[in-house]
Amino acid sequence: MSTAEVTAPLVRRRPPAAVRRRRLLASVAQHSLLIAAGLIFLAPFAFIGLTALMTNDQALSAHVWPRPFVWHNLVQVFHEAPLWRYAWNTTLYATLATIGLVLSSAPPAYALSRMRWRGRNAAFALVLVAMLLPPQVTVVPVYVLWAKLHLVGTLWPLIAPNWLGDAFSIFLLRQFFLTIPEEYLDAARVDGCGEVRILFSVVFRLARPALAAVALFSFLYCFNDFFGPLLYTGENPAHWTLSVGLEQFRTLRQVEWNLTMAATLVVMAPVILVFFLAQKAFVEGITLTGVKG
Amino acid sequence: MTTSAAGAALAPARVAADRRRARRRAAWRRRGLVLLFMSPWIAGFGVFFGYPLVMSAYLSLNHYDLLSAPRWVGLANYRYLFHGDPLVWPAAKNTLWLVAFMVPLQVLFAFGIAQMVARARRGVGVFRTVFYLPALAPPVAATLGFVYILNPATGPVNAALSHLGIEGPLWFNSPTWSKPSLVLLGLWGIGNTMIIFLAAIIDVPKHLYESAELDGAGPLRRLVYVTLPTISPVILFAVVIGVIDAMQYFTQAYVAADIASGSASNAASGANNLGYPEDSTLFYPVLLYQQGFRYFNMGYASAMAMVLLAVALAFVLLIVRHSRRWVHYQGGGK
Repeated sequence: MSTAEVTAPLVRRRPPAAVRRRRLLASVAQHSLLIAAGLIFLAPFAFIGLTALMTNDQALSAHVWPRPFVWHNLVQVFHEAPLWRYAWNTTLYATLATIGLVLSSAPPAYALSRMRWRGRNAAFALVLVAMLLPPQVTVVPVYVLWAKLHLVGTLWPLIAPNWLGDAFSIFLLRQFFLTIPEEYLDAARVDGCGEVRILFSVVFRLARPALAAVALFSFLYCFNDFFGPLLYTGENPAHWTLSVGLEQFRTLRQVEWNLTMAATLVVMAPVILVFFLAQKAFVEGITLTGVKG
Repeated sequence: MTTSAAGAALAPARVAADRRRARRRAAWRRRGLVLLFMSPWIAGFGVFFGYPLVMSAYLSLNHYDLLSAPRWVGLANYRYLFHGDPLVWPAAKNTLWLVAFMVPLQVLFAFGIAQMVARARRGVGVFRTVFYLPALAPPVAATLGFVYILNPATGPVNAALSHLGIEGPLWFNSPTWSKPSLVLLGLWGIGNTMIIFLAAIIDVPKHLYESAELDGAGPLRRLVYVTLPTISPVILFAVVIGVIDAMQYFTQAYVAADIASGSASNAASGANNLGYPEDSTLFYPVLLYQQGFRYFNMGYASAMAMVLLAVALAFVLLIVRHSRRWVHYQGGGK
């Protein structure tokens, strides 16, 4: 990089030395600011991780570095609270919700993007409204509904709605389906494909990145969801998810910050692991929500 | 001759009629197909949106506690909401505070980070990951982490501040600092917005910068006259999403209040720590939750929901109506 900066001006004759120096300094300043900001962003993870490995006395002191490292904390948390059961409940919720969400959101998205019918724009506007309104607007009657079905205290109120189309996913998939060239679909039609088969074979195959993003977002949403599980399983610890279990963890064990942070670490770990395994799908998916939405 | 002429005239008519019938049948089949494809959403919209909206309007005019039948009270819930309840206005003000301070700060911060990452010569991928990662942390876990880190007595932030001779604030335990603490938590999690900004900034055509530079525009002017206008749809998108998220802000406030109050008083966490300290984190959705699902004042909670609906709907309709100006589709297939 430095040699290029030295030789380039000789050839191009443009930026004089002072300008070059200023640029280099600006670049260094930019990067150092960026690195400093990056370290600040990583610091909370470091504090959580380090505290998770401390003794309780040390966690309540001003020391930052664990001495000794209490690796046993990470085992201990599983004895303090039934984290495995919470993890199982979370997995059940996230998996069943995500499967239903993808299967029930793709057909409406297809109808809203690649089929022509009267009222389509109005229907799409309703999808947008449903997507943008806060869930608190409808929560009371929905809760009453589940209470009347005697399903409050189970995971069903969390899972079932996802089998009936999710506005955000419909929106996202529609935006992606719009970008599929009409020629592919026409080719399939000429070959005698019906719309159902076009959706499930052609479109599903072409839209794999979008479907992956929607599934990933849904899974993550369920994993992180707190309001829903608190509302519907709050009174029944047997069905708590990790979010609710973690929130209640400290009331089980007063003020033990080291174990609380160990539990926090345990809950954060799977998400971060999944991110590193599927980084590309994540970034593409987020970009999809913003740039095309 | 006449018969054959009539036959010749009849045959095309019959063909045309057949064709028309076939077309109509095809149209019906297509309509059926659309209905079939839309059916999950129609059912979901009806059961989980349309019906609850109507029911919410009805319940808001009743006293209802889930155990006994709804009792008609007319506009009493609304009267209490606007004139009686001492907590509604503080809660609404807290939520407005988020819209006024947290949302703009988050957007600005996300833009600043994205701009810096976009201009980095190397390690764009690493920086992107680092700044995105906190957005992934489950909100409950992230909030717990922040309550610990900003713990007034033993947290590392106040420990560092006291090394510098500064007495740190009480953060989540102080009514003045609790919302700024939530803002810090919010700024930590701007990853999604940052990624969207980053993609938009990288997509700005290079030649625009070059011609601006030829015209003598410095970095600041290039930012103001090239970058900002080009990515303006994305900025608007970020603000809209930010406002919508602020209107339903719940998890972080609930967890922070519960945990911070627990570590302050050592008391078992009961029903009344929502909004701790001194109702400074009692946001509108938190109050709605408290009324509806702690006190089971479901009629009153429905009235609160209707007011939220009015505000949110006004905002959303404004966006949907003007979205054509900023939603830009890339593909064909209209």
